[in-house]
Amino acid sequence: MNESLLKNSVGIVKPQKFHFGSPLHLRSGKVLPNFDLVFETYGKLNTNRSNAILVCHALSGDHHAAGFHSSEDKKAGWWDACIGPGKVIDTNIFFVVCPNNLGGCAGSTGPASIKPETGKFFGPDFPVVTVDDWVNSQAMLADKLKISKWAAVIGGSLGGMQVLKWAISYPERLHSAICIAAAPKLSAQNIAFNEVARQSITNDPDFCKGHYLDKGTYPKRGLTLARMVGHITYLSDSAMRAKFGKTVSDFEKEGDNFGRDLRAGTLSFGFNVDFQVESYLHYQGERFSKNFDANTYLLMTKALDYFDPSFDFNGDLSKAFSASKCKFLLVSFSTDWRFPPERSREIVNALLNTRKEVSYLEIEADQGHDAFLMPIPRYTSALKSYLYRMYDEIKDNAP
Amino acid sequence: MRPDLEIIQKWIEPETRVLDLGCGDGTLLTLLKEAKRVESIGLEIDATNIQQCIKNGVNVIEQNLDKGLSNFETDSFDTVVLTQTLQALSSPDELIDEMLRIGKRGIVTFPNFGNWRSRIYLASKGRMPVSKFMPYQWYDTPNIHFCTVKDFDELCANKDIEVLTRMVVDSKHKRGWGVGILPNLLGETAIYHLTRNKIRDQ
Repeated sequence: MNESLLKNSVGIVKPQKFHFGSPLHLRSGKVLPNFDLVFETYGKLNTNRSNAILVCHALSGDHHAAGFHSSEDKKAGWWDACIGPGKVIDTNIFFVVCPNNLGGCAGSTGPASIKPETGKFFGPDFPVVTVDDWVNSQAMLADKLKISKWAAVIGGSLGGMQVLKWAISYPERLHSAICIAAAPKLSAQNIAFNEVARQSITNDPDFCKGHYLDKGTYPKRGLTLARMVGHITYLSDSAMRAKFGKTVSDFEKEGDNFGRDLRAGTLSFGFNVDFQVESYLHYQGERFSKNFDANTYLLMTKALDYFDPSFDFNGDLSKAFSASKCKFLLVSFSTDWRFPPERSREIVNALLNTRKEVSYLEIEADQGHDAFLMPIPRYTSALKSYLYRMYDEIKDNAP
Repeated sequence: MRPDLEIIQKWIEPETRVLDLGCGDGTLLTLLKEAKRVESIGLEIDATNIQQCIKNGVNVIEQNLDKGLSNFETDSFDTVVLTQTLQALSSPDELIDEMLRIGKRGIVTFPNFGNWRSRIYLASKGRMPVSKFMPYQWYDTPNIHFCTVKDFDELCANKDIEVLTRMVVDSKHKRGWGVGILPNLLGETAIYHLTRNKIRDQ
């Protein structure tokens, strides 16, 4: 492995797995009698157990947030840019925990796991899980790790929604909540995109009503299509123009071709892939379809659609937060049209109305929704300063 | 410490809620947190200032004052502060109304354009005053609504706003005897403590 990759990295990490033998009562009314959670940790828990940070992953993420799984591993965890010694989430001072959510497909119990009673895959029989259920299972994980209070719970997008739910459900158990590029609930447009993704999966003949694993196949075309649609919503128009607009021609100056780079230099005058953007989406979608479970994708999009913490408080988001005790930091990005700044401001205003300690940053960034994963200087320096501040506040807490 | 901030902090009661509009790097709020244990929120749009607030542990919200304060509930703060920002707002009069809707009291400080230096500069040179105090050219200044102590007094009277205290200080931010007699001529910074007129509220 390239030595430079290991520099400032948490290095080689090994996922751990906990089995939970007690039943989890789900929001849907169903009960999961027992389950596994797979997770990774980085850094060291201090003696008074006050320096732990929970990182919540987004739709297609998992527990592998930082470091490498082996010396041959070429790709670091999904938030390696921000987690490590001396990085934004500094593992020299913090103990970081990142679980794979229930219903996921990276090791925690989910549709692609074997149902103990039948010896077959859960498949479509895996119950619909919600953000509430995830947060409850994460609290069980915290119990097992003997972490009574997180220094911070952090997440972006769907991860940010888990952060909000933590502040509502377990007010005593977190010192700060850092919610990035999220929304208090999905809009009709958000749900519409999710439904297109779900339809493309369920209409693939290889979906086999969700039993594709039993049949030794998977809905490759459906999952590819779902990811292509999703990917468009993660990028901004300007990010796409920059990414696919590198060709200089006689009549198009660089950066001036609206991102219309051609794949083969000429138009095919057929229905083949002509433009770079098409080929990129095909590649991303196909790669994703090989590594992700279709039933998990359906579950994750439903968890997004169902998220609405104000639901239990007659639609009053301020009321939902009224019992929260933590400090809040919210961040949004200017070109994010999936969860635009207005959506974060809704959360900020609800928190202000119930007199919480809140800070909010609106970061100028071209990358769209994806910006939350990027090392954008203003964003990362704010996050880092905020976390150092939190560390000063909690480091001497009694165990 | 900036002398106007020193005066302001005396007007703020301990353990109250303070909203600072255009809070800069959070100097005032840090001071108030330490000296008066106030609960506070600052609004700011400058990225460097916001970063400094985060570093200082000041709750800061990135929000443009020119887009209004409708997201803040009526009577949700004890004091709303606006220091050296009034002259840069697009609708200062509307913001004053909003301040006194959100807070029980308001504190406003601004550079007094009626100061003798400005008057002499304009009268003798026939050009917009540029000084160490106000170092911008007319075309690049963020200060688009200059007013004088007299103008502001009139605005308060028209809006039926009660002026609890008015302090006008000179360039050294001292309150000499001269400033007391001729505040609009000799004062460079005006500091107002305001509240809604009770008669209007009844």
